[in-house]
Amino acid sequence: MSTNSRPTIWEHAQSKGVSRRDFLAACAWMTAMLGLPASAVAQVTKALETQPRIPVLWFHFQECTCCSESFIRSSHPGIADIVLDKISLDYTETLMAASGKQAEDALHDTMTKYKGKYLMVVEGSVPTADGGVYCCIGGRTALDIVQEAAAGAKAMICWGSCASNGCVQAAKPNPTQATPIHKLISGVPIINVPGCPPIAEVMTGTIVHLLAFDRIPQLDGLGRPKAFYSRRVHDTCYRRPNYDAGLFVNSFDDENAKRGYCLYKMGCRGPVTYNACGVMRWNGGVSFPIQSGHGCIGCSEGNFWDNGPFYRHLPNFPGFGIETTADKVGVALGAATAVGIAAHAISTNIRKRHLIKEEIAASEDVKDCRAEQGGCEIK
Amino acid sequence: MAAKRIVIDPVTRIEGHLRVEVEVKDGFVTDAFSSGTMVRGLEIILRGRDPRDAWAFAERTCGVCTTVHALASVRSVEDALGIVIPPNAELIRNLMFCTQYMQDHVVHFYHLHALDWVDVVSALKADPKATSELAQSISHWPKSSTGYFSDVQKRIAKFVASGQLGIFANGYWGHSAMKLPPEANLLGVAHYIEALDWQKEIVKVHTIFGGKNPHPNYLVGGAPCSFNLDDANAINAERLAYVAKLLSDAKAFVEQVYIPDLLAIASFYKDWGAIGGGLSNYLAYGDLPTNGFANPGKFKFPRGAILNRDLSKIHEVDAHDPQQVKESIAHSWYQYSDGDAAAKHPWEGETKLNYTGPKPPYDQLNVEGKYSWLKTPRWKGHAMEVGPLARLLVGYGTGRADIKEAVDMVLKKLDVPVAALFSTLGRTAARGIETYLVAQWSQEFYSDLLANIKNGDSRTFNGEKWEPSTWPASAKGVGMSEAPRGALAHWIVIENEKIANYQLVVPSTWNASPRDASGQRSAYEASLIGTPVADPDKPLEIIRTIHSFDPCLACAVHLYDPQGRTLNRVTVGG
Repeated sequence: MSTNSRPTIWEHAQSKGVSRRDFLAACAWMTAMLGLPASAVAQVTKALETQPRIPVLWFHFQECTCCSESFIRSSHPGIADIVLDKISLDYTETLMAASGKQAEDALHDTMTKYKGKYLMVVEGSVPTADGGVYCCIGGRTALDIVQEAAAGAKAMICWGSCASNGCVQAAKPNPTQATPIHKLISGVPIINVPGCPPIAEVMTGTIVHLLAFDRIPQLDGLGRPKAFYSRRVHDTCYRRPNYDAGLFVNSFDDENAKRGYCLYKMGCRGPVTYNACGVMRWNGGVSFPIQSGHGCIGCSEGNFWDNGPFYRHLPNFPGFGIETTADKVGVALGAATAVGIAAHAISTNIRKRHLIKEEIAASEDVKDCRAEQGGCEIK
Repeated sequence: MAAKRIVIDPVTRIEGHLRVEVEVKDGFVTDAFSSGTMVRGLEIILRGRDPRDAWAFAERTCGVCTTVHALASVRSVEDALGIVIPPNAELIRNLMFCTQYMQDHVVHFYHLHALDWVDVVSALKADPKATSELAQSISHWPKSSTGYFSDVQKRIAKFVASGQLGIFANGYWGHSAMKLPPEANLLGVAHYIEALDWQKEIVKVHTIFGGKNPHPNYLVGGAPCSFNLDDANAINAERLAYVAKLLSDAKAFVEQVYIPDLLAIASFYKDWGAIGGGLSNYLAYGDLPTNGFANPGKFKFPRGAILNRDLSKIHEVDAHDPQQVKESIAHSWYQYSDGDAAAKHPWEGETKLNYTGPKPPYDQLNVEGKYSWLKTPRWKGHAMEVGPLARLLVGYGTGRADIKEAVDMVLKKLDVPVAALFSTLGRTAARGIETYLVAQWSQEFYSDLLANIKNGDSRTFNGEKWEPSTWPASAKGVGMSEAPRGALAHWIVIENEKIANYQLVVPSTWNASPRDASGQRSAYEASLIGTPVADPDKPLEIIRTIHSFDPCLACAVHLYDPQGRTLNRVTVGG
């Protein structure tokens, strides 16, 4: 046992039956992955031998707890392994044994003892209207709590669409002025993990990345891990060949639905949604919305609630217009990708182009929807 | 001795933000106040939107009882527009409903409620051999060897020795109200971990039919998935076999782990069969239709109300009747145009913000005035308890053989009378009993689904009223369900193809609401009166009774209008 009396990664590895030889090999591999020189192997090994489980404080504000529920669905790693072996989940209203004062004490113990060292995770948005009275915990406003906790956090993960972009309570007219965390907090590295909820393994994968490599994963312009949010659902959808061939579902449960044709005309938001659903799928890879017959509703995108109705296909709405753009852009796939959403450049199939032209009358107002949300570039 | 005020905020191991303030005198609770402290305003956000989209918004009311609000929502639209869904869609919805019950109730028992009864630290003192013998004496579940429990114990010992107690920090370990012997505590801890691993499996039924969990997809008019036995892109034999396996594995876990554990733990806490009874009125809308939702006589969970614990008289319930379900705001942070004493049916409701609570940060709420974001619903003026106990009592009173048999089996095994059901223990037992029933019913629904497909009916969707052009200029409906936590209904008014009004009255609003204008307590507050409190600094007993309801506060608080406009004023006529 190390001097700080908390089990280190090496001690955990031993308890899992890992030999010293394998452990050192893993340290060398990790050193290489981190881009460090071979001389740093000893340093990495020492860090893993002495690093205690990182304290994690998990806050709930304006949310529905779907993120916590998704988190406990993780298949790899399993949730028990994370909670018992990988992190020290010192505060979470959903799972912690203590309530009331005992819970608040546990929170403040960690905030004091591990100042500057704990990982803060937030589920939910923070209401800023009327002094924040619309979300109070222990008699204090969420705004007050988030600011206090962020001041001592090493880094912050914002789970789900609530914490990353406001989600349903921020939909028009946003009655409580529900606000995503990154608009309230600065000075702490923030990772946004949007989705309603995010895929379980995207959540645990983000944590594992932090633990295994002791660094923030590469983020895109919206603060999302590139590993999970750099591709559109449409581009990774197994039904994509149907789209390219102009084969569409025209009504739920019609003959085309039974054949698994493209759901674009049923309102699918796959073409404007960056998420890993098409690749990782849900609940251990069982399915994802499109595979089960319903279009993507775009739940990981900012403002998706106000880009409805969900069952009308995209080009009829301001801010989209991908197909018109696709026709204009023609075959210039590379150039189109560079400008993000307005880049749906799959127009080599003449039949499909013909069908889509028939399908789309309006949508002259072609804009990059991301530009409306703050103009973040997509790399 | 003067009464002492205890404030528990946050109440943890629940969904949402709940605060409980109680007065304790001479070791017993003499008064109690329950407050929801967070609002989002979903009903306001729903206005003006496409009714076919409403399920997705409403589903986000809660991610713990995911699906139930989507179900109530599509039913409200179908009720308003007169849409009858195909039998297969009903069966798919029933299977998703059963899936939700099994996952939600098991998670509640092991992860939200068990730590009120199971002492994790005591489990370290257990002899794994004794735990193994105990496990094998109550169940055939294969994971029951001495080695298995020894490994679990070592894992927990190492965790505790680390000094980083994580979710177990500051728990109520060693509390005088903890009664289990060490070997039973170790069994509970082992199954806590096992159930955590198991619960992620059963939800895959949602993933197959609805594409994901939490928050699977629903559809007005049916179910979004299609059947095609000759295509990999639809629900085919492989997908159905997957569902069959998930359901049968879940049934095994419920029958061989959950129910034996529930009975074993309950047998040490029979005194809780006389604590926490609270209200004597129970309400259930009923659910699991077998011949359409318009035919409640054929529901697996019957509809009805019970007054004064009189099981011989089941009262008829009609959510469409403007005289039956009404909400009041006497102690809620809202205003009504005709005063705080009024009570309004959801179709006539008003919502006007009126926060009169203390300015944060605060130590105590002003419980003489308004003290919660929850409104207070009443059925014909009565405060009603909703939830698993209400469902079983209505089924028991209706004389349903399967329900009666399951309830009597548990009462016999615990050797307690029917009256013991009206308690904290009764509520917790009822949740297990209905999970046992639901696991069996899910097998019937699956067989019926297979039979339909075999007979050539593969329909999952009725699109006759899909296009808004087929709708009347105005329509209104009610979508009812039985969420895991109790009676749930959504009221919708559609005008000119848009939502003109949308109201939810959810289980935790019935149970967790503040007093009404006449001072009647709702279920949480009533159930806490008389609860013993051994140590006011560690109010474990209060937490037990509150947890027996399985609180869900995001559901319960959903209304609010910042400008103080009058909302939801709809004339009910015709």
